[in-house]
Amino acid sequence: MAVIDLANPTRFLRIVDRVLPWLIAATVVLFAVGLYRALNAPDDYQQGATVKIMFLHVPAAWLGMFGWVLMSVAALGTLVWRHPLADVSGKAAAPIGAAFTFICLVTGSLWGRPTWGTYWVWDARLTSMLVLLLLYLGVLALYWTAEEPGRGARAAAILSLVGAVNLPIIKFSVDWWNTLHQPASVFRIGGSTIDPSLLTPLLIMALAFTLLFIALHLAVMRNEILKRRIRSMRLMQAQEAHA
Amino acid sequence: MNPLAAILVRDMRLAVRIGGGAFMGALFFLIVITMTPFAVGPDLALLARIGPAILWLGALLASLLALDRLFATDHDDGSLDLLMMGGVPLELTVAAKALAHWLTTGLPLVVVAPLLGLMLNVDMHALGWLTLTLAAGTPALTFIGLIGAALSVALRRGGLLLAVLVLPLTVPVLIFGVAAANAAIAGPTPFGPAFTILCALSLASLVLGPIAATAALRHGLE
Amino acid sequence: MNLGPHADFIVAAYAVTLFVVAALAAWVLLDYSAQRRILGDLEERGVTRRSRRKG
Repeated sequence: MAVIDLANPTRFLRIVDRVLPWLIAATVVLFAVGLYRALNAPDDYQQGATVKIMFLHVPAAWLGMFGWVLMSVAALGTLVWRHPLADVSGKAAAPIGAAFTFICLVTGSLWGRPTWGTYWVWDARLTSMLVLLLLYLGVLALYWTAEEPGRGARAAAILSLVGAVNLPIIKFSVDWWNTLHQPASVFRIGGSTIDPSLLTPLLIMALAFTLLFIALHLAVMRNEILKRRIRSMRLMQAQEAHA
Repeated sequence: MNPLAAILVRDMRLAVRIGGGAFMGALFFLIVITMTPFAVGPDLALLARIGPAILWLGALLASLLALDRLFATDHDDGSLDLLMMGGVPLELTVAAKALAHWLTTGLPLVVVAPLLGLMLNVDMHALGWLTLTLAAGTPALTFIGLIGAALSVALRRGGLLLAVLVLPLTVPVLIFGVAAANAAIAGPTPFGPAFTILCALSLASLVLGPIAATAALRHGLE
Repeated sequence: MNLGPHADFIVAAYAVTLFVVAALAAWVLLDYSAQRRILGDLEERGVTRRSRRKG
C-alpha cells in the first residue's frame, strides 16, 4: 500500500480504526514482557537497582528525539510535497514527543540523585534534552495560538525544520560548553558497554515504547482529522444558514 | 536609489522616530545591568566573574524585546503586503529590514556595552574583546529572532510567544559569545576558536534567517 | 523484589512515567469520544460536509 493511499483522510481513518486495536494489543504484550524482564534484571555492579530507571530513561530519550525527526519529515511533507495528511502527522507528533522528552528529563533527574548525588547536572546530554523540550513547548505554543489549523500548521512546519537544523548545532555547542566547565568530580554511568542481561530488557522496553508512540500518534491524528471535519461541517452549516 | 537601500533607510528612519524604539533596547540593557547587583549583591569580584554572562544575557533580552517591532507595524498598516508583492525578492527585503533593525537596536547595545562592563567591574583589558564578541554575536540574535518575528506576525500573538520560539534557537550564540568573552578575560582556552564559531553562527544566520522568515511570512499570510 | 537502598527513586521514576503516559492516553481517549459525540450530533441534524446542491 503506497503512502499516497494514505493521503485520503477517510481511507486513513478506516485503516486506523482497523489497525489500532492490534497495535494496542501488541504494545500491551511487549510492555508486559519488557517490564517483567526489566524488573527482574540483575543489579548493576556500581549503581545497584537504580539501573532499572535506565529502562525508562533511555527509550524516552530516543523517542523524544524521534518525535522531532517525525515532525521534520512531516514539515517537508507539508511545505515541499504538499501531502494532505503531513501537517496532521506533525501536529500529532508534537505533544507525544514533548511528553517523552519530559519523561526523559524527570527519570534522568531521579536517576541522577542516587547515582550522582544531585537532581540536576548541566551535563551535555541533559542540557540538550532540556533545550529540546523548550523547542517542543514553542511548537505547541504555536499550534495553540493559531486561529486556523492550516495556518498554524505551516508556521509550525517551518519551526520544526529550523529546529531540526539547529538541534545538531545546539548539541555541539552544549558539548563544547560542558567541556569548558569541567565538573568538579568526574561522573561515570556504570560501564560503557551494556551487559546483555541489561541490554535485552532495554531493547524490549524501547520497542514497547515505540509501539506506544505510534499507537498514540495514529490516535491523535484520527482526533485531529475528526476535529477538522467538524470545523468544515460547522462552516458549511453557517454558510448555508446565510444562503 | 536601489530598492533595498530604500527599505534600509526607511526602516532606520522609522526606528529613530518617536515610538520607533531604536534606543529603547539600549535603555533596557542599562536597566538590566543596573538590576543585577541588586539581585546578586555588590561583591565586585563576583560581578567581575559573571559580568560577561550578564552583559550577554542583557543583550539577548534587549534584542528579543525589540523584535516584534520588525514586522508588526508593517503588517498592521498593510505595507508588509506591499513589500511581499514587490519586485524585489522577499528574502532580500527581509534581510534589509533585519539589517536596519540591527543597526538601530543591536549596534546601540554594542556601543553601550563597554560602559556597562565598567559598572560590572569587568576587567578593563577584556572590555574591548567583550564588545567585539557582542558586535559579532548581536547580528545572529537579530537574524535568528527574525524567524520568530515572522512566525508570530502571521499568528498575531507576538510578545512572549516570540521569546519562547526564539530563545532556544539562540542558545549556541549565547554559549559561544560568553565563552569567547570569558576566554579573553581569564580563560585557559584561547579567544580564537570560540570567537570564530560565533562569527560562523552569525554568518550562517544571515543566510538562513531571511530564508526561514520569508517562508514563514509567505505561508503564514497566504 | 529488592530494589535496594534507593527504592524510592526507582518507584518514583516508574510512577511518573506511568502517570504521563496515562494522562496522554486519557487525553486522546476523551478527545476522541468528544469528537465522535459532536459528529454524531451534527450528522443527526443533517449537516453534511458537502454543500447541498441548490435545486
